[in-house]
Amino acid sequence: MSAVKPMRKIFSARFLSVGLGVFIAVSLLTGAAPQKAQAAETLKIGVVLFLSGAAAGPFGIPARNGVETLIAAINGGKIPAPYNTKGMAGAQIEAVYIDESGGATKQVTEFRNLVQRQKVDVVVGYISSGNCIAVAPVADELKMLTVIPICGTPRLFEDASYKYVFRTISDSITDSVGAAHYIKEKFPNARTIAGINPNYAWGQDSWRDFHLAFKLMNPDSEIVTEQFPKLFAGTFTSEISVLLRKKPDVIHSSLWGADLESFVNQAAARGLNKRSKIILTIGEANMFRLGAKMPDGIIISARGPYGVLARQTPLNDWFRAAYQDLFTAPPVYPSYMTAQAMLGLKIAYDKASQARGGGMPSTEEVVKAFEYLKYEAFGITIDMAYGNGHQAFTGTAYGQFKFDKSTGTATFTDIMWFDPECVNAPKGMKGAAWIKGGMKGAKCG
Amino acid sequence: MRGMLSKTEIGLFVALAVLLLAKLILPEWAVTLGTVALARGLVVLGLLILWRTGLISFGQALFFGTGGYTVGLLRVYGGLTDIFVLTLLAFLFAGLLAYLLGLLISRYREIFFAMLCLAFSMMLYGVLVKTEVLGSTDGFNVVGLTLFGFPIEGNTLQTVNYFWMCLLACAMSILVHRYLSSTMGHLSPAIRDNEIRVEYLGVSVQRTINVKFVIAGALAGGGGAITAIAVGHVDPDAMVYWLISGEFVFVTIFAGTGSVAAPFLGSVIFELLRTYAFEYMPLLWQLTMGTVLLIVIVFLPNGLWSLVQRGPRKG
Amino acid sequence: MLTLIAILLDGLIFASWIFIVAVGLTLIFGVMRILNIAHGSLYAFGAYVAAWLVGQYLSAGYAPMGSFAVLLLSAIIVGVPMGFIMERGLLRFMYGRDEVIMVLVTYAVFLILEDAIMLIWGTDAYFAFEPYSLLGNTEIEALVFSNYDLAMIALALVVGALLWWGLNHTRVGKYLQVVIHDRELAQALGINVTRVFTITFMVGAVLGALGGAFTAPQISVTPGMGVEVIVLAFAVVVIGGMGSFPGAVVGAVLVGIIRAAAVHLLPQLELFIIYAVMALVLVFRPQGLFGQAEARKI
Repeated sequence: MSAVKPMRKIFSARFLSVGLGVFIAVSLLTGAAPQKAQAAETLKIGVVLFLSGAAAGPFGIPARNGVETLIAAINGGKIPAPYNTKGMAGAQIEAVYIDESGGATKQVTEFRNLVQRQKVDVVVGYISSGNCIAVAPVADELKMLTVIPICGTPRLFEDASYKYVFRTISDSITDSVGAAHYIKEKFPNARTIAGINPNYAWGQDSWRDFHLAFKLMNPDSEIVTEQFPKLFAGTFTSEISVLLRKKPDVIHSSLWGADLESFVNQAAARGLNKRSKIILTIGEANMFRLGAKMPDGIIISARGPYGVLARQTPLNDWFRAAYQDLFTAPPVYPSYMTAQAMLGLKIAYDKASQARGGGMPSTEEVVKAFEYLKYEAFGITIDMAYGNGHQAFTGTAYGQFKFDKSTGTATFTDIMWFDPECVNAPKGMKGAAWIKGGMKGAKCG
Repeated sequence: MRGMLSKTEIGLFVALAVLLLAKLILPEWAVTLGTVALARGLVVLGLLILWRTGLISFGQALFFGTGGYTVGLLRVYGGLTDIFVLTLLAFLFAGLLAYLLGLLISRYREIFFAMLCLAFSMMLYGVLVKTEVLGSTDGFNVVGLTLFGFPIEGNTLQTVNYFWMCLLACAMSILVHRYLSSTMGHLSPAIRDNEIRVEYLGVSVQRTINVKFVIAGALAGGGGAITAIAVGHVDPDAMVYWLISGEFVFVTIFAGTGSVAAPFLGSVIFELLRTYAFEYMPLLWQLTMGTVLLIVIVFLPNGLWSLVQRGPRKG
Repeated sequence: MLTLIAILLDGLIFASWIFIVAVGLTLIFGVMRILNIAHGSLYAFGAYVAAWLVGQYLSAGYAPMGSFAVLLLSAIIVGVPMGFIMERGLLRFMYGRDEVIMVLVTYAVFLILEDAIMLIWGTDAYFAFEPYSLLGNTEIEALVFSNYDLAMIALALVVGALLWWGLNHTRVGKYLQVVIHDRELAQALGINVTRVFTITFMVGAVLGALGGAFTAPQISVTPGMGVEVIVLAFAVVVIGGMGSFPGAVVGAVLVGIIRAAAVHLLPQLELFIIYAVMALVLVFRPQGLFGQAEARKI
């Protein structure tokens, strides 16, 4: 062990300045570099998705593949009409990929780096609710157009309003209310419910909205247990014991990523699915990976009519084929969500460019073009009617999982579609308040 | 030397001037990064005091997080918005917490000391993660701050926070430097070498250590506060988890403990290294950091500061 | 009553899992005075190799029951070479440095190995669920337990018994005990401390990998899985007394039961309570429940 030397003779002002000089020089050099790399005819998009950690495999990677499918098609002008123009406002897209893992605080710092150092023009990304809530105010502060394709917390636009932030999907209210409707229709005798949801905004909101909606539809129902394991916990031995012991009719879960796969494995092995009806609000992302390992009869959604639940349209057929050409596996809902975000962005850019008579529009012009935009995406119509024109207003679908042994593919039975007006609060109303107030104004077909 | 500025202090003032002037030429992102790096340097400065006594805390994120959450909670639930008031309260609360825990922890040494710190930090982590009103895993945003009653945000906030951090870094370094040069401070290596002998001198080792623990805790709290203000967000994984404590220990050893300026220099280099590793090798940044740490431990046993130290002797 | 049974069994299952990991950690600390953070990486490597090998094994069409042997084998292929390389290739150059520096060295190795996992296996999650359901279930009234989980208790008992026997009835084990008790005395007695260190580190590494390998069939194996484990294993080791073998047993059971009780009765406290117990134990017995108190040096 070395003794610490006395520090009297250690240093002069000169040498401290040398150290500081290094910092300043490095910052300056690299700060200046990307600016000249920015050519006029390219649009630089920062893409932030989980590329490592538990959420990468089932979520981040298919989501990134969705982005890549669209970038290739947009740059080549290959999307079917009317979207067959090359590029966004004529500019070729160049993407920078950033890993979303590491927590919200780190993501805020990385967002600043993307904008201020890498000088991206647009940011597309954020899967985790914690991250999108943390980043949104910074996006507005830096006036950076940010399109959020997946993050589902209703708090994003209910608790604040943003000028530069857009979300091209519905929030988790849609999933929770849809789940309650599906149970009510298909399993009218279900009375006791339990939840196992990840311990953060996403899981807490999903569960609360579900059990409130369920209680409203079934006033004599009862919650028997609510478990909130830590995100990415991996083993759920004790939690499953609790669920077995309480014997609920329905188990609601918004677990996702590797957690979902671990939970399904452990629950199925111990026969939990035989005793209770399990509803996985976002199980579709994992169903092709799990295949026969997912027990039949589990109720699954894709957070909307995406993936196998998507309507068959020419655009959807094109997307499925283009995606499978590049990545062999079929696209899952995260792929659909990032793809429709990219498509919305292209439409907004093209529209803004047209409005100014050609050329590259300013961020403000794109924002204006994006607000209240209504466009046909891949099997779904995206209507940016929520959050002052910043959030989509879409319906959802639920079905029961079935593994078709003869073809070896994952499919659905008993699919039900729900209209946007059935599973969303009327515009301008907070979702949770709407449910608590008795879901007035819902129009279910 | 009494009443005069020592060489170190003159150096620190020059550094302060350089840092303040640097704002004119630094790109925006570097200002935020610099603020965060200096804030974390403040935490490491606290660890330096402990390290000189032969102690290390594997739970310093406890106080870092306390500082961050003090700002966050007082802003959201207490309605306090002034960044100076918030930062000073963070120093105070973290110091107070350190005092209370220190009554217990200061009885321990070596790995037990380190582990007890870890236990307490993980307790706070456990509470935060499971408590919804405290934001659980998501944490919450810290926005709508003011300066003397005027709302500030965006670039202005970053600039003010940066200047404030530079002033704090300079002031705290000087205070710590003076403390280490005082009688109490000189006891540090003595306690490290042989505490029973120190006690024969009529000094309560436990109380001395508690004082150091309080200073270290308060510094970490201040660092956490500045970080929360700069980033605009607090969450348990980024502020309280054991990996964050690990990073602080990492920087302490990486920087070296030869001078009160070392933690800041080390922290700035650490943050730069990390952000570039993250940008250019998004899947290999941990590997890069680990390798750098190994190299420093093997080839520079006294940390990066030994490079600076070696310089002036030749000239 | 059923709740009690559930808490007890859940607790023991959790305890067995964490014991296997923690006992390797405590062994290394006891003998070498190294708090090995990279133990978490060994755990993760064990899980990855197991998930990958079991997948290969089953797709080759061999008897499913043989996959348990594959799990065991995975732990050995990971632990033996990695333990050897880490100890001989790196750690031995650091002996004599401060304990904290040693922790940081293993921390650096941990960081490097975390990314090495992604380099080798990519970012995608791996799973090899088959062995988990091979053994069937046991039903106790409303409760259903996977026999695989119950077998983990047996595995932990076997590991514990083997270690106990190894420490008390073999020559190497006795040397180890001498080294744990007094390193200088051991050297004076002519014990080859270098070799003892290498063996200890390899055994410890195998145990870490074993914990990971037998967790693999339960979960989707992903990068970052070693981070959480290591700090939990630390808690167990500290509660039991660092370097104490009976301490690891008691620490694991205590942590397992308390955590299970929290999940069943007060889910909010699940994470907090483990570290609260650790702090409590440290307050009243800083050396841990079974640790030896060290004399103050004069």
